[in-house]
Amino acid sequence: MTSTLVSDANRTPGTNAGGPVPMRLLNHPWTAFVLRRAGGLLLSFLVLTIVTFVIVPLIPGDPAVIAAGEGASADKIQSVRSELGLDQPLLVQFLNYFTGILRLDIGTSFISGDNVSTMIANRFPYTAEIALLAIGMVLLIAVPVGMSVAVLTNGGRRPWLDSMFNVLTSLFYSVPQYVMATLLVTVFAVSLRLLPAAGAAGPTSLILPTAALMIGPSCVIARVVRRETAVVLDKDYIRTARGWRLSAFRTHIRYVLPNLITTTLTLSGLILAAQLGGAVVIETVFAWPGLGQGIVNAILQRDYPVIRGIIMVLGLLATLIIVIVDVVLAVIDPRNLGGGTHE
Amino acid sequence: MNSKKVRALLSPSMIGGITILLLLVLTAVVAPMTMSTAANSLTPDAGAGPSPAHWLGTDDLGHDLFSRSLVATRLTLLMASGAATISVASGIVVGLAIWLAGPRIREAALRVLETAVAYPSLIFALVIAAILQPGATSSVVAIGVAGIPGFARITANLASAVSRSDFVVTARLLGVSPLRIASRHMLPNMAEPLLILSATVFSLSLVEISALSFIGLGVQAPDYDFGRPLNDSLNALYTQPIQAVGPSAMIVLTGLAAMLVGDSLAANANPRTKRRQGPRSLAAKQTLANDAGDQALVRVDNLRIGIPGGTELIKGVSFTIKPGEVVALVGESGSGKSLTAMAVAGLPAEGLSLSADLLRVGNMNMLGRPDQARLAKEISVVYQDPGTTFNPSLRMGAQLTEVLRTHLRLSRAEARQRVIEALEAVNISRPAERLRQHPHELSGGMRQRAMIASSMVVSPALIVADEPTTALDVTVQAEVVREFRRIHRENSTAMLFISHDLGVVQELCDTVLVMKSGEIVERLTAVELKNRDVNHPYTKSLLAAVPVLQISGAPAMAGEQGKLQ
Repeated sequence: MTSTLVSDANRTPGTNAGGPVPMRLLNHPWTAFVLRRAGGLLLSFLVLTIVTFVIVPLIPGDPAVIAAGEGASADKIQSVRSELGLDQPLLVQFLNYFTGILRLDIGTSFISGDNVSTMIANRFPYTAEIALLAIGMVLLIAVPVGMSVAVLTNGGRRPWLDSMFNVLTSLFYSVPQYVMATLLVTVFAVSLRLLPAAGAAGPTSLILPTAALMIGPSCVIARVVRRETAVVLDKDYIRTARGWRLSAFRTHIRYVLPNLITTTLTLSGLILAAQLGGAVVIETVFAWPGLGQGIVNAILQRDYPVIRGIIMVLGLLATLIIVIVDVVLAVIDPRNLGGGTHE
Repeated sequence: MNSKKVRALLSPSMIGGITILLLLVLTAVVAPMTMSTAANSLTPDAGAGPSPAHWLGTDDLGHDLFSRSLVATRLTLLMASGAATISVASGIVVGLAIWLAGPRIREAALRVLETAVAYPSLIFALVIAAILQPGATSSVVAIGVAGIPGFARITANLASAVSRSDFVVTARLLGVSPLRIASRHMLPNMAEPLLILSATVFSLSLVEISALSFIGLGVQAPDYDFGRPLNDSLNALYTQPIQAVGPSAMIVLTGLAAMLVGDSLAANANPRTKRRQGPRSLAAKQTLANDAGDQALVRVDNLRIGIPGGTELIKGVSFTIKPGEVVALVGESGSGKSLTAMAVAGLPAEGLSLSADLLRVGNMNMLGRPDQARLAKEISVVYQDPGTTFNPSLRMGAQLTEVLRTHLRLSRAEARQRVIEALEAVNISRPAERLRQHPHELSGGMRQRAMIASSMVVSPALIVADEPTTALDVTVQAEVVREFRRIHRENSTAMLFISHDLGVVQELCDTVLVMKSGEIVERLTAVELKNRDVNHPYTKSLLAAVPVLQISGAPAMAGEQGKLQ
């Protein structure tokens, strides 16, 4: 389906505007948009495949030695090596790897012998749980706070609130997620004994990891929303809305908020992608059985297939998040399709 | 100018940030020389809590954690600087190279960068650190390399913005080589934002380097930075949570300092985020005076607007508008026309103080808090630039029907119908279709006519028009003035019309008030203006600035030079 569209597009780029239906479909701004995004995804996939294949064996330490276990004989190591396919030429290894990926078979763990896809599928929900919960909370808290502060301090009013907001957000933003995690554990798990310190067991165990992940990004988003709101409040169309004597609430919801969405969502997408990295550290602190903990363990154990698999999945997820944000933005406001403006 | 700039740079947060950074650098230099014995020697009291000998306690091996936190500053700062240098320098090179490459390669490279930026850099760094064997140097390389895509993308974006500027375009036309353009013309103009972002990169590098050490893939024993003791403290969190304090505080302090410096630099480079001074105060000196027998629709008495505790911008302006009268406020920009008119419209500028002996429209006291729905029904406002007066993210229909739905409580369909009729009245073709469009899909003249149409749907008693023709080209100006004349003829709506174009004013207005530096210096009737029967030298100079004046022609005749300034 996609490939036929691509070849058609290459044959007649943008000519014959009034042609039959398929032609009009091709000239539709959405078509170009979808093609560009799909192309981007495909490219990312290829780059990730090659990079993960090339980069991982560079990690020092012979996986066959590790997989064979401590004190294994040379024969045993050799048999493990051929069992793992590590004695084959690199090109053959790559082809096996590549065709495997297409069949959603990323291989088996050198260490546990488990299917990597299954392993990732087991770990992924844990990471997704805290990452999504964190970004949801970030948006829920940071957008209203940022907007309110911008409105309340507009025109240089309430300088104390302005200073307080700046100091607090800078301070909390400067606390890295792992320091925040340590802090939260010390206060809420060790001292107050209110919440579990580690492990994934029940909804209460979600609170601390989520909190550790969300506090920094909340500050960033709140600051950005505040700055963007201040810019929007200075716009002529807000003056127009005031001229229409709309209530403050209606003005802000209908006229300010939509103009913040582009920046906020774009940034949130990047932050959500970055959360996947933040999760690595957070999961270590909270012994959270997600992908982050998985990759750290795998690196320490030189478990190539697992490292590859997780890097691959995280990379695709990050790319996918960015694409989804782009699509959402284009649905909300067609001007974001790019190249299709009339001005 | 220069000392002003220096003063602007030295904001409290900048001073704070630089002070902390200097203290940290001082610590990095001094602490390893004076405290390393204390920091590296093993003491018998391992895993102890805070005591006079060990302020922040000791770790499991008996190292003094206070001196250790301070001594670690040197290695951490060196590592963070190294990583930031790698990210920034390579990022700039890669970013410029992408820009210098042809459009095809640029497009592909930007896509790859997009993916790379989206990729969690810490995981990328993790793999690099693992390849290079954990240690201080490999951490620096790993974090530095992981930061390259982000900085390369920023550089490429900045480069493409700068490359569109006139001087780069000129240089290219003159045949200057791309490499020379990049180094001589573009880099200097990108230096400031790149410098600001470097501060951010530094603090990010610090956090990530410490993160690597924290999860055990960074600095290895016996070396230590801020991150590794924090990792040690994790195991002792239940018994000696104090162990986490030293390294945590140092990481936060360093990050905070870098952020304060970066933010102040950014705020200074981008005046938009600078704070405006002065709280808003709306002082009503008197309540509504008894207006029995006063025939005027609008009465302004001794209106004063000023910066609180500062300059007075409007110095006691008084005038009236009779029902159905069209009054013009003319004067050059900065003379206070708009401030005055917006005060009459009940839309005073935020952050300015306002007082008057009397300021009323109909029987609404504009110094008080008149009912918003009544205001919306009786006073309509038309603004200057139709390109920016509509919200770009909403369809025209939603915006034009807003007043009818909100204040007249009409249903969506009724409001739509009313607006369509109004749009037809101002000769907008296919009005129903226009309502489904976004503002950018309409021409400037069409948007301004739509604005006028929407101001008329409520049949207001007064229209306040703030330079409604200024942003339009001359032929469109004529159309818009014609609409105002028609509205006045058909509905005898009173108008307060602001302009600096005397041609437009004399076409339309009954009374002309000439403003200069916040005062009305002369009042003229349309006939007096037409006959050049003016007294004040300022009015004469305004008239002199209009070289060609055709009394009966369209305002277009005044042409470009006809506009004051």
